[in-house]
Amino acid sequence: MAEITAIPAPLRPALSRDDRIQGGGLVILAIALSAAIFLPLYAMLSRSFEDADGNFIGFANYIEYFGTPTLVSSAQHTITIGVVTTVIVVTLAFIYAYALTRSCMPFKGLFRAIAIIPILAPSLLPAISLVYLFGNQGMIKEVLLGHSIYGPIGIVIALAFWIFPHTVLILTTALSTADARLYEVAIALRTSKLRTFFTITLPGAKYGVMSACFVAFTYAITDFGAPKVIGGWYNVLSVDIYKQVVGQWNFQMGAVVSIILLFPVLLSFIADRLVQRRQVAQISAQSVPLVPTPNRRFDLIMLAYCLVIAFILIGLLAVSAYASLIKFWPYNLSLTLDNYQFDLMDGGGWEAYRNSIVMAVWTAVLGTLIIFTGAYLIEKSQRYANFRSSLQFIAIVPLAVPGMVLGLAYIFFFNPLTFTIPFTGIELANPFNFLYATMGILVICTIVHYYTVPHLTALTALKQMDSEFETVSASLKVPFYKTFARVTFPVCLPAILEISFYLFVNAMTTVSAVVFLWGPNTHLASVAVLNMDDQGDIAPAAAMAMMIVYTSAAVRIAYTMLTRGLQRRTQAWRQRESVAEPVLNPNP
Amino acid sequence: MSGAEPSANRKDNRPYLNIEGLTKKFGEFVALQDISLDVHESEFVCFLGPSGCGKTTLLRCIAGLDIQTSGRIIQGGEDVSTLPPTARDFGIVFQSYALFPNLTVHKNLAYGLENRRINKEAIAKRVEELLELVGLTGQDTKYPAQLSGGQQQRVALARALATSPGLLLLDEPLSALDAKVRVHLRHEVKALQRRLGVTTIMVTHDQEEALTMADRIVVMDQGVIGQVGTPVEIYRDPASPFVADFVGTMNFLPGAVIAPQRLHLGRVELHCTNGFDGLEPGKVVTLCIRPEDLVVRDSGCEAPNSAIACVNALEFLGAFYRATLDVDGVDDQPLVVDLPPKLIGELDIRVGLEVTVVFPEDRIRVFATS
Repeated sequence: MAEITAIPAPLRPALSRDDRIQGGGLVILAIALSAAIFLPLYAMLSRSFEDADGNFIGFANYIEYFGTPTLVSSAQHTITIGVVTTVIVVTLAFIYAYALTRSCMPFKGLFRAIAIIPILAPSLLPAISLVYLFGNQGMIKEVLLGHSIYGPIGIVIALAFWIFPHTVLILTTALSTADARLYEVAIALRTSKLRTFFTITLPGAKYGVMSACFVAFTYAITDFGAPKVIGGWYNVLSVDIYKQVVGQWNFQMGAVVSIILLFPVLLSFIADRLVQRRQVAQISAQSVPLVPTPNRRFDLIMLAYCLVIAFILIGLLAVSAYASLIKFWPYNLSLTLDNYQFDLMDGGGWEAYRNSIVMAVWTAVLGTLIIFTGAYLIEKSQRYANFRSSLQFIAIVPLAVPGMVLGLAYIFFFNPLTFTIPFTGIELANPFNFLYATMGILVICTIVHYYTVPHLTALTALKQMDSEFETVSASLKVPFYKTFARVTFPVCLPAILEISFYLFVNAMTTVSAVVFLWGPNTHLASVAVLNMDDQGDIAPAAAMAMMIVYTSAAVRIAYTMLTRGLQRRTQAWRQRESVAEPVLNPNP
Repeated sequence: MSGAEPSANRKDNRPYLNIEGLTKKFGEFVALQDISLDVHESEFVCFLGPSGCGKTTLLRCIAGLDIQTSGRIIQGGEDVSTLPPTARDFGIVFQSYALFPNLTVHKNLAYGLENRRINKEAIAKRVEELLELVGLTGQDTKYPAQLSGGQQQRVALARALATSPGLLLLDEPLSALDAKVRVHLRHEVKALQRRLGVTTIMVTHDQEEALTMADRIVVMDQGVIGQVGTPVEIYRDPASPFVADFVGTMNFLPGAVIAPQRLHLGRVELHCTNGFDGLEPGKVVTLCIRPEDLVVRDSGCEAPNSAIACVNALEFLGAFYRATLDVDGVDDQPLVVDLPPKLIGELDIRVGLEVTVVFPEDRIRVFATS
């Protein structure tokens, strides 16, 4: 009989109560995220292979799509808009961010705040303003020398305005982390300013610039508001989806166009991931932060540039603010609040505005809770390493799904009363159908749509916390959730407030994700802007858009004050400067 | 200070902590290879080794933060091999202190106590006790950021001791501190450990720290234990060239065995009292001797166990001079000798001078050349 030496199986660690609770939380998160992202996308994908009656017809819809010249042209248009907008907005934002970080011009804080303004508005707003400025009865339409604002020119300007803050934020971060000593060496070696810029500044900000390009491109090709209002006959994919679904009730073709739109976004997303993976820390612990030195001529040029940009940003906003107060442009310029009588117009009235606030509050509260807790479980759980890294991937996916696509996918997933399990023919009642056309589906869709950025914010904040807090708590036999409540949550409060603000404002301004999902009882302000504009009530549309801006701005101010107050209250333990060692007793 | 020797506290011969055949793999990489070790009650043991030697992994296995691939850990008579950290009995201090930044010193110290159904007065009393123990009385309302690094480390230590754990684990606790504070805290931690009699394991890459603080040192290299012994044993009697090289400064010279206790070095024959078991005559060996054990004399004098050498370089290091000598007949391997300043003057030692260097016979260690 052959003797077999038994190789002992690896020890299986006994799970603690903490491990089990964390594991349970992670499983719930995985199920919820998968159900909210992948199942709807699957529903949409399968719909693109079906005819109107739900029969499988293979690639017939795609063949029909590519045989329709008007549809194919909008794919080309979309890419054109994406590339042109990206080049323009990243160039403008780079110079602006350069002025903010590398010059000694005055009012930097003010310019920083002004750059953020477009975030507070839906993308419909710059488009409406452009109509007032350059439209058929525009205030200064002569400037365009006979070109029409309705079309690519209008779309690009509106998108550049709306995407500007996102790119400025990325580029400011990229440009503010520079090692002063590289520049000192350059001066010591008598390198020209221009050569220094191309050999030190630009390479240092390379990954930031790339990231800004991907973000700008993605936002430009997926936005729905701007091309809807000002696109005219210049059709793009996002508007096509809307037209197919809402205009022609052609859901299959809507699904096909969605899949087409998904491709460039996915490519951009993958490229961004690859670039970020190659990014290594530019700044080491020994780096000396760069402090710009005054240079009168350069500082004045930068100031002039920022003034021009700030003028445009504020100007576009002011046009809508002004237009919303005018009786009947351009014939009766007397001021009035009539345009704010939303209840007298179609589109949902003040009820829509109230719904938007309710939706934004729910999104901010629930979203922050889910996203932060989820990020905590993914980052700080002690076990399940593989499971956690796959969840980490799922949390990034929403960034690659355009709002229009997600919204449409939600119709396909939540609307049917029954669904069929693939290849089995078994029909089941749809357990999620009760959510259709409710506030609930709007909140879920918005949280999922904007999941990734707050998730990354939370992750960054959590990574900055000592990874040994959990270990120490375990050694002191304190359950992890107590440490979460007493230490992690308070220490991360600034990031948590930031996440809430981000979710609130995006919930207020979003159109794309929710345009398919609102119901008779859940009109939303941003959708009301769209519908009123559609019906020619452009002044009330501007008024509703301004209500969104005022609300977002108020929340922004509240957020800033809260953050300041928090900083003051927690100053004692957040201070970073080192404390000198007390005089030591030589004979302990 | 009640100088209770650790050995005096041992109640019986059963070790408090018993590690048996412990192996830890990360994928294909073997971080710990068949480690066996006993730690006795009230003992202060240091895991010493270069980074990547597995010392921190071993500490994490003891704490339950990493579970070993195979092998057993028995603590206080109980098999804790697969238990999670929460089910084990230890307090831990990290290099980063890991103090909760938003809690005051008082709340940090009370953190583990509040979870144990102890009433408020008892907690307050215990916190006072702990503050006194680490010399921070009156600092209880401060936040960690308002304390110096040394003070923060003391709070971390007090917090780890708050619940009176049976085992104290210290993971490079002094590495983040300034040199002077570090030396000062060494004494304090050691004194505190003696007073409380708590069994302690400290991980460090700093040999001086290990030599001054430990009752026993466990020198580790590439996942295995190189030597276990008291600081004096480790320093005087290293078990391998690695240990000899890692702890203190050591000369490594090429030699050849002539007979038991006799070997060739260059042109001379040396006698050494340490036998070299299993090394046959003619075998090439490595001769080890510490710089401070060598004696330098005038070149003319006839001394047993000596060689002629030439001063190649002389370096002033404050308390002593470090001379580099070329030994006659030994090429490519200079000999480092530590000399008191007084001797430099007496012998007028300078670069280029010829001297006699004496190898005390009981200070020579010999290893087979690998």
